[in-house]
Amino acid sequence: MQTSHIGTRAFIAGARAISPLLLGVIPFGLILGATASVGAVGAALGWSTSWIIFGGAAQFVTIGLLDGGAAAAVVIATALVVQSRHFLYSAALAPHFRDFGVGWRYALPYLLTDQAFAVSIVAYDDIESPLVKRWFYIGAATTLWIVWQITTLIGALLGAEVPESWSLDFAIPLVFLALLMPLLKSRPALAAALTGGIVSVVTWSAPYSLGLIIGALAGIVAGVLVERATQ
Amino acid sequence: MSTLGIIVAIGAGSYLIRLSFIGILGTRTVPSWAQAPLRYVAPAVFAALVFPAVLLPEGTLEVMPRANPRLLAAVLAALTAWLTKSIGAAMVVGLAALWILQAVL
Repeated sequence: MQTSHIGTRAFIAGARAISPLLLGVIPFGLILGATASVGAVGAALGWSTSWIIFGGAAQFVTIGLLDGGAAAAVVIATALVVQSRHFLYSAALAPHFRDFGVGWRYALPYLLTDQAFAVSIVAYDDIESPLVKRWFYIGAATTLWIVWQITTLIGALLGAEVPESWSLDFAIPLVFLALLMPLLKSRPALAAALTGGIVSVVTWSAPYSLGLIIGALAGIVAGVLVERATQ
Repeated sequence: MSTLGIIVAIGAGSYLIRLSFIGILGTRTVPSWAQAPLRYVAPAVFAALVFPAVLLPEGTLEVMPRANPRLLAAVLAALTAWLTKSIGAAMVVGLAALWILQAVL
């Protein structure tokens, strides 16, 4: 009885934590669905990426490349490189997921997204109990999953009706910017962000969208070096 | 390979990437050499996602507001996030600023 009450409260806390980010996820989903439906991939297959892949950036890249007629190997390689940042999220969450039980450890990664990672990793600083950590993550991640399925479906159904002039795609980087700012609490973190950002701009034209992961790795190295230097 | 086959392959790969360290580490603790790098995953990755989207709107570097209103809108959103600590406020300011700048410039 008491355990389930704690779990429910943690679930609600997770859902609450992720809800401001939905302001960005909703336009993102609408545009994704619309882009798929007006292109070669079509509404049905395009929407299926929302639950088969469940990753906005990877879905965008997949739909775009398929629309352009790229070879299967190129589509798969590029999408997986874009997803490779999830290695880093998995590594950062692993110590927290350690006490969850093997069934949960295999099931919960399906729901992993940038936003669920971001709100969970920050909240975990102040949470001791694995039960609370688990239900917080489930609350945050499931809320996002449901909203994503619905908005991408609506986008796919509306198709060409979603106006480009609204620049809704700007909501996507805005979400990440809003997630980034609170993390810049220390000099190493600032170094990590500046380096990651600049390097990913410089390597932007690298093939298979490798610029993103190169930038991320460079940023991590910078963070570690500055941390060592300021000790 | 069929389109569905490609999508399923990406889905399976995505899941395995997400599972990776969570599955491999299991109940073991993170080795001490990995602890510092893991602290900087989030700021590095989010910045790597934001900077190109804001600085390279059409693929080339643009910093003047007339050519790239997104940069100014992003700066205002960042300031809002910094001052209010509210993600929602930052998003509203960012989108509103972009619309106003696009209308005015």
